Amino acid sequence: MFLSIITTLVAIALILPFYRVLKGPTVYDRMMGVSVAGTKTVVLICLVGFVYGRINMFIDIAIAYAMLNLLGAIVVAKYLQRTGGEPE
Amino acid sequence: MILQLIAKILLAAGTAFLLLGSIGVNRFPDFYARAHAATKPDTLGLGLCMLGLALYDGITLDSGKLLLIVLFVWMANPAASHALGRAAIDWGLVPWVRKGERQDDR
Repeated sequence: MFLSIITTLVAIALILPFYRVLKGPTVYDRMMGVSVAGTKTVVLICLVGFVYGRINMFIDIAIAYAMLNLLGAIVVAKYLQRTGGEPE
Repeated sequence: MILQLIAKILLAAGTAFLLLGSIGVNRFPDFYARAHAATKPDTLGLGLCMLGLALYDGITLDSGKLLLIVLFVWMANPAASHALGRAAIDWGLVPWVRKGERQDDR
């Protein structure tokens, strides 16, 4: 019961940054919103693993997701440093 | 039993930090302030949540893996945020100032 409530709260915290992703004035705001949502997704995956009682499977998915989140953020930041979010 | 109580307290604190980070992303005035408000509560909230989950079922192999995720994210999340902020300031996004404080010494 406690874990379900915590999972719901983390899911709400996961939804909120997408307002910034949709509305953000610059492309950097959007990218930062996606990065924040990715960090919260790692927590959410581990919590869902505990709720289902299969944490030993979900934890590997969480590790892979954390690595992909870092790679995506850094690659897109390098790209935006060159173009500033406008088409070349 | 006392271990699970500690785990629950840590989980609640971590979730509060995650919620505060989400609210800060929406409420702060410009990109740099939002990056500040997004990354720090996020990193601390993830650390507290993972520590709580590691203690929830006692110390097992999965606790070690969860702490490994914390170690990785504590290195990766500030690096990604720093790269984004540097990209923004290299492109020329001007930081927000209160009206009439300073204009041109970027």
